[in-house]
Amino acid sequence: MASPKPRVKVPKKASQGEVITIKTLISHPMESGQRKDKKSGELIPRQIINKFTCEFNGQVVFSCDMDPAVSANPYVEFSAKVNEPGTFKFTWVDDDGSVYETEKKIAVE
Amino acid sequence: MTITRRQLFGLTAGAATVLAFNPKMSFAAADETDAAIKAFTGGAEPAAGTVSLDTPEIAENGNTVPVGVSVDSPMTADSFVESVLILADGNPSPAVATFHFTAMSGVAEAKTRIRLAKTQNVIAVAKMNDGSTYIDRKEVKVTIGGCGG
Amino acid sequence: MAKTESKLATLLAVAVVSASTAALAGGPADDKLVIDDEIEIKTRVAAPEGHPLDELISGWHYRTDETRALEADSFQNPGMLYVERGEEIWNTVDGAAGKSCASCHEDSESFLKGLGASYPKWDADAERPINIELQINKCREENMEAKPYKFDAADQKALTTYIKHQSLGMPVEVDLTQGDMESWWDKGEELYYTRTGQLNLSCATCHEDYNGNYIRADHLSQGNVNGFPTYRLKQSAMVSLHNRFRGCIRDTRAAFPPAFSDDLMALEVYVTWRGSGLGVETPAVRQ
Repeated sequence: MASPKPRVKVPKKASQGEVITIKTLISHPMESGQRKDKKSGELIPRQIINKFTCEFNGQVVFSCDMDPAVSANPYVEFSAKVNEPGTFKFTWVDDDGSVYETEKKIAVE
Repeated sequence: MTITRRQLFGLTAGAATVLAFNPKMSFAAADETDAAIKAFTGGAEPAAGTVSLDTPEIAENGNTVPVGVSVDSPMTADSFVESVLILADGNPSPAVATFHFTAMSGVAEAKTRIRLAKTQNVIAVAKMNDGSTYIDRKEVKVTIGGCGG
Repeated sequence: MAKTESKLATLLAVAVVSASTAALAGGPADDKLVIDDEIEIKTRVAAPEGHPLDELISGWHYRTDETRALEADSFQNPGMLYVERGEEIWNTVDGAAGKSCASCHEDSESFLKGLGASYPKWDADAERPINIELQINKCREENMEAKPYKFDAADQKALTTYIKHQSLGMPVEVDLTQGDMESWWDKGEELYYTRTGQLNLSCATCHEDYNGNYIRADHLSQGNVNGFPTYRLKQSAMVSLHNRFRGCIRDTRAAFPPAFSDDLMALEVYVTWRGSGLGVETPAVRQ
């Protein structure tokens, strides 16, 4: 695969105080560090996404520490209470230091 | 008409491709799991209830097992769930993931998908902002298919 | 034919195996596949004339509640990541001619709608059937002046998944009147019923005679291919049809033919026909 691509699903609008469900998915092999290369017999080094964070207007709503037991293409679903319009920022941190980010706006009616 | 044990064995064993786990790999011992729980709770014994795990009884494939957790909490600034530790006691290492909630989470619910090396217990330990801890555990049967292609 | 003689032995063997997992036993799940509560996919259809089965059932019905739910939600379906990647490739210039797929196929949306449901097709130049993977390679070589993809290259799987997904829900329909398709169908049928390997199994043993039963813990489906390339939980990645063919043949403990060989192309023509009328599910989610 090309470089990891995040996908997030956030409702476009919510009523004030509504608790919404947010779904996130990112393409990543989540190499556990426990598999051996079939040809060389060598252990394939671990490379996973180890941290996921969701912020809303700069404040952390939810975060998740991940270990190698999280499946490839990690999926995380959680909730957020929306009191005002604003922007959700999603961040995934890779073992190699790379950071993948995406944002979604939400309106409040 | 009967079928011999040998015939039956031949068919079942032959049709199976056993999942390729490294035989030298040591699976997480119960004490390693207990140690992880203790480290998370600060030594306290978590109580039953309040937190509940949602897992399939039988996982079709151990590589992708859906796991959901929910904690009964008002999720206000005064009373909320800080974090939920997910462990799997039969994996090479018990750690799976830790969810961190805030009052802005609205409800303390989260889902992900995890790897289970074999049939084992999945464990969720919830820590509230007042320091109290709760635990739930569910066994998930991991099937080894006949057609591991 | 010899196939009838040895059928009895397998019948008994499989019957014993399925009895031992009686707690799990059961036919296809009584459920409807509606993706995102919007697109209803035909997963059960009456078989076409001359088909050995009465009803054609998608493999989706043979999976657990959790796996079925994964396919019914296009966001949760990890195969959709590969659809997105495939769309990128479709629009990316590659090769000496400086073209992307979209350079030639300008109105991509209408061009691609239904296309994936109609493969494999007759290729008059090669005088053999061609599938989507081979069609992509043909375009790459002839029009883009790019290197053909190697079998199961990540980009080949993603682009094939994207193309096939543009026919989501449309019925699988192979045109057997083109060229010499019928004789390839005949050859595919013969292969389908030929027992191979140390286990002496044919495709039909599992997928015609015993679908709905268990072989060890695996719930046997009819082996329809309307969802390929399919996201398999085991590999946690897209699996191409020819990869799956080879996996099945290997599981019978036989040597397996190369991808896109005459044998596997004939099998693709025949097996695709066996699922005629089922809606395209790509990317399906399977165990």
